[in-house]
Amino acid sequence: MIDFSRNHFELFGLPERFGIDPGALDRRYRALQSEIHPDRFATSGETERRVALQSSARVNEAYSALKDPVTRAQYLLSLHGVDALAESDSSLPLDFLERQLERREVASDALRARDAPALEALLADVRADYAALEPHLAALLDADSAWSAARMRVRELKFLGKLAADVDAMLGELDS
Amino acid sequence: MALLQISEPGEAPAPHERRLAIGIDLGTTNSLVATVRNGIPVVLPDENGRPLLPSIVRYGEKGVDIGFAAQAAQAIDPTNTIVSVKRLMGRGLADLADARRFPYRFIDEPGMVTLSTRAGIKSPVEVSAEILRALRMRAEASLGGKLVGAVVTVPAYFDDAQRQATKDAARLAGLDVLRLLNEPTAAAIAYGLDNAAEGTYAVYDLGGGTFDISILKLSRGVFEVLATNGDSALGGDDFDHRVYCWIIEAAGLPPLSPEDTRLLMVKAREAKENLTIHASAPIMATLATGDKVGLTLTAELFTAITQNLVAKTLAPVRRALRDAALQPADIKGVVMVGGATRMPQIQKAVGELFGAPPLTNLDPDQAVALGAAIQANVLAGNRAAGDDWLLLDVIPLSLGLETMGGLVEKIVPRNSTIPVSRAQEFTTFKDGQTAMAIQVVQGEREKVTDCRSLARFELRGIPPMVAGAARIRVTFQVDADGLLSVSARELTAGVEAAITVKPSYGLSDADITRMLQESIAHAADDMVARALAEAQVEADQVVAATGVALAADADLLEAGERAAIDAALAAVGRCRAEADRRALVAASEALNRATAEFAARRMNRSVARALTGRRVDALT
Repeated sequence: MIDFSRNHFELFGLPERFGIDPGALDRRYRALQSEIHPDRFATSGETERRVALQSSARVNEAYSALKDPVTRAQYLLSLHGVDALAESDSSLPLDFLERQLERREVASDALRARDAPALEALLADVRADYAALEPHLAALLDADSAWSAARMRVRELKFLGKLAADVDAMLGELDS
Repeated sequence: MALLQISEPGEAPAPHERRLAIGIDLGTTNSLVATVRNGIPVVLPDENGRPLLPSIVRYGEKGVDIGFAAQAAQAIDPTNTIVSVKRLMGRGLADLADARRFPYRFIDEPGMVTLSTRAGIKSPVEVSAEILRALRMRAEASLGGKLVGAVVTVPAYFDDAQRQATKDAARLAGLDVLRLLNEPTAAAIAYGLDNAAEGTYAVYDLGGGTFDISILKLSRGVFEVLATNGDSALGGDDFDHRVYCWIIEAAGLPPLSPEDTRLLMVKAREAKENLTIHASAPIMATLATGDKVGLTLTAELFTAITQNLVAKTLAPVRRALRDAALQPADIKGVVMVGGATRMPQIQKAVGELFGAPPLTNLDPDQAVALGAAIQANVLAGNRAAGDDWLLLDVIPLSLGLETMGGLVEKIVPRNSTIPVSRAQEFTTFKDGQTAMAIQVVQGEREKVTDCRSLARFELRGIPPMVAGAARIRVTFQVDADGLLSVSARELTAGVEAAITVKPSYGLSDADITRMLQESIAHAADDMVARALAEAQVEADQVVAATGVALAADADLLEAGERAAIDAALAAVGRCRAEADRRALVAASEALNRATAEFAARRMNRSVARALTGRRVDALT
């Protein structure tokens, strides 16, 4: 079984940073799965099969957590004892909130009007904001160790990610 | 001087020790069995040279007919001749929107519907097991030996109940299931390895009764499924049914007997197949009532009356692309699988969506079985040099559980790479609450009533606390077959109440044993001998695996630990020689326990090795 006390970064032999080399993460993920995937142990004894199942699931969990910027930032903060998405403090800057609520209205109007191009444009907009936030967050986390300032950005990033997913789902609705 | 050869742990044994393994495509209309022979995947034909086995079982007056013999009798004995049983797997009567289309005498049972036949009440699992047993016997006769196991394919969009039912059917047929493999993934293996394909591909798989679309990334020996979607009740059968309805209407026929219905379904199907190469197809039949049917169906009209069925496949394609965050233009090629993809209107629609003609250089009937055989060969341990490809598949539907207000809390989202394990904590709603009902569901909708309920169980013995104080951790684990197990545990008071459930549609081991016993008479399987043989195979596997492990990593063990493992090994050897099944099973289990810590240490060493990029063989 994989040493469950090792954190996600250690598991892939990566430095504990927000800025990671996605190519290196992919390569190490594949190298690990090549060794421990249950397909490698299909005719092994029960113990080895169980260990492979648990280890492979653990590696999948770590990979999906590090691949996504929101969960990666959230996880990195948790290693420093900071809960980025604590329910007790879920505040967001007022101007940010206003802007996103406006966008939500635009989205529901476009859905009602079955206006796919408007939804596409909105989605591109939200994704651009998302992409712009990432380097900002990297600076706060990796250069400044500014944990509490980073918390707010993580929440913004999560909000934008959810909005993008919802708009994407609306486009899907128009499809079917 | 000749150097001694040492094979790498887990790699191919010497040729004479080749382990026989098969891949089975258990289809709605036809089934196939394939194996890898001399490094080449081949379909195993029956004694008359026919590769396909019609997936039809007839409970006749003189016994059970499977395949062509059953097919020949379908119009004269429709209620006892079961076709398209795959559509019934893991389904209750309420799930079958098209139940009226079948001439069977259904019995609505909790979980899965059953059928009343001349031979008694049969579950879809038992009917499917008849087909699988026929394929197992074909393979054993052809390969001349005992099978190590089989890879059985399932539609990628099959939910947990349908997968569990398929696995149960295989066990009932006396097969050791190495893996349940998704059909489009199997086809991708056959296509990808054959064409050394690299890039992002889509597999469009329209079978007799199921539709799947999978998007895969093929890169440096890794087959990674990015997204999958589909409809587990849409296939070539539905096109037949449209033609059948058109015949009834065009010929102005009254309600028909089951015999005449079956006859016209066969004619509808023939017409559909005809239209693959001809511009029009004649439909001639004389019914039992004396009514005569004489019609001509043109390709144009056929396309028109099946247009919305084609459209029904394109919506999941777009959803899968969306889930993979890809555009049609990002797809390098679309592999067409399943006999129904021969229909020209399907090829045209898929070509238009992707902006390029689909790839049809693969036999759409055989690709799935061949891919399954390739996977079975590797899983059985016949991994040859260069066979170091890896398969990363996903679950098709989100898994979650019911929370307050009948809403679904998703625990494992769709398209998560398997195996996957996710835990979430919940708490109590009322002061002093000591039990909690946990309802496990699968599906994408927000309300529990719109999703499929997989299981319901209760966690009892929660210490009384104020509402919201208890911490109940629910863990979902999906294995490499895509099968789910769920456990729940109360954390705060150190009280551990854990339970693992099988989905309510799954059969218990006792059910399987009973069904196996019931099937003895005609299967001519000797239960006792079979049970002993299975225990011996399992014991041999454990002993062999332990041997390989010791040869590679014995340095990880202290002397005392090594002695314990050697003692356990010796015990298995003794019990095996004495042919005592119960003692052998116990000794194998003891060996498993004795090697648990060793296995964990070896896995850690593998991890370290994978990360440094060095393999043992690279150091020699």
